[in-house]
Amino acid sequence: MSSNQQNIILKTEGLTKHYGGVRALQDADFSLTEGEHVAIVGDNGAGKSTFIRQVTGVEIPTSGNIYFDGNLVDFKTPADAKEAGIETVYQNLALADDLDVPSNIFLGKEETYFNLGPFSFLNEKKMYKKSIDVLAKTGIKIPNLKIAMSNMSGGQRQCVAVSRSAGFASKLIIMDEPTAALGVQETSQVENIIKNLKEHGIPLIVISHNLRQVFDLVDKIWVFRQGKIVGCVETSKSSTNEIVSLITGVKLGVEEEASFI
Amino acid sequence: MIQAQKNFKSWYKKLPPEFNIFLVLLGMALLFEILGWIFVGQSFLINKRRLIIMILQVSVIGIIAVGVTQVIIMAGIDLSGGSLVALSAIVAASLAQNSTYSKAVFPHLTDLPFLIPVIAGIGAGLIAGFISGSLIARTGIPAFIATLGMLVSARGAAAWYNNGKPVSFLSDEFTNLGQGAWPVAIFLTVALVFHILMRYTKYGKHTYAIGSNEEAARVAGINIKRHKIIVYSIAGALSGLAGVVTASRAMSAQAGMGMMYELDAISAAVIGGTSLFGGRGRITGTLIGVLILGVITSGFVFLRINAYYQDMVKGAIIVGAVILDQYRNKKLKNKDKDI
Repeated sequence: MSSNQQNIILKTEGLTKHYGGVRALQDADFSLTEGEHVAIVGDNGAGKSTFIRQVTGVEIPTSGNIYFDGNLVDFKTPADAKEAGIETVYQNLALADDLDVPSNIFLGKEETYFNLGPFSFLNEKKMYKKSIDVLAKTGIKIPNLKIAMSNMSGGQRQCVAVSRSAGFASKLIIMDEPTAALGVQETSQVENIIKNLKEHGIPLIVISHNLRQVFDLVDKIWVFRQGKIVGCVETSKSSTNEIVSLITGVKLGVEEEASFI
Repeated sequence: MIQAQKNFKSWYKKLPPEFNIFLVLLGMALLFEILGWIFVGQSFLINKRRLIIMILQVSVIGIIAVGVTQVIIMAGIDLSGGSLVALSAIVAASLAQNSTYSKAVFPHLTDLPFLIPVIAGIGAGLIAGFISGSLIARTGIPAFIATLGMLVSARGAAAWYNNGKPVSFLSDEFTNLGQGAWPVAIFLTVALVFHILMRYTKYGKHTYAIGSNEEAARVAGINIKRHKIIVYSIAGALSGLAGVVTASRAMSAQAGMGMMYELDAISAAVIGGTSLFGGRGRITGTLIGVLILGVITSGFVFLRINAYYQDMVKGAIIVGAVILDQYRNKKLKNKDKDI
């Protein structure tokens, strides 16, 4: 490894995923440096979520290499990726609706008094206190943490899902459409969490359809089209038009005021 | 007036979710009490012997129901309970025979300490549960099919084990386990242990999480396959324990034992508030559900009502409990949409 690669936190080479005959992702070469915030944009079916699923161990790639934190990694399960330090907020929220806030925040990484394998007793007090701290860090107010998630508003649920990932010191955070289902106020809350992460130097990959948000939040934009990476541009040197033409593959005839929602 | 209503509502909300079912239990007991005075001329509840028999009768179902409750909370189902009772009863009994009986199943394995047949019976159930769980986790077939297969196969295995003949002449040490208050004590201990495990440990939290949203549990890093196998194995082991208690109580075992017990156990869980959609339910609810089944059974016997009516009413109660559950579920979902 050369010295300039040392600050690369995530890198993929020729990452490919086929579902039977469907080529969902082809030869994706991606890289992310320490402290960098990037967005992945693209039309539906462009391979954005597929890319994320390979990186986070939810699916196993057909071919290609993933380097994380300087090492070649081979995640078999989401737990492997989590252990390596990748936290993910999924599009479908991935919350257990019948459980309360602390249980969701600590799902899969419960605090216990002592280790008895699956029969370890939970340290609920510690999880409750830590949950308050985690939520406070993200500036989210939820009046009662001990009620089931199904009793909460979409925004509160999203905020719990985001802070679950953001609240734990991790090496990389990935968010898949974090604000897709949110109102204006809740969107700005989530954006604040993201800005907060930037200040703490935690690298982030966000998938978004909202170009206004993307330009507002991130350093670099990776554009996917039809399963391939078609471009990587720095937000400070780019325009909405350029991104839209990359997303759609149409170079000419894009109106000046075109926006992509 | 409105203030009073509000007070009542907030007070009601603070009660444990089992309160409603408890009211049903109480209401049923009172109904039989009143009907008893009218038609039979005696009290239903103030009769120690009847109460003891009532609880004894449901202890075996209760032990199975504790396991089934955990499976249903995980959004699974276990139909094999009754057959596993027969299989483990016959396995346990075959290792608990007296040396005085000349035609023992294993003539060299008689007069063993009682723990050996007990462990063998529980082990038989555990292995069957492990097989069901592994099938569900590894092949991805629906739990309904896997445990239906086990229901048929285990009954077959129970008949094959001793060529369909009953196993009797069991040692006193072994049969003592089924006498007196022992079955009740075993049931209550099992219920307490699993109440604690479900409420306070990682095991319980993960069971609820998988039942609530399997995908969320998976991406949170929970080993779903392993967990499913553990839960089905525990349910199998508990059915095995129920089989041991049955054999010991009946002082013999035969392949026809425990017929339809799985349905009573599932009923008890569902009546007790366990959601068939997974994610919700508690052992304490199942305990009350089991008692409700007990009250219905003894109440009908007490009123000398034809046993066929009893099954018809039980069926209606089960369907009613599921309708109620579905209604509750819809209400929760609609609430989501409103926001």
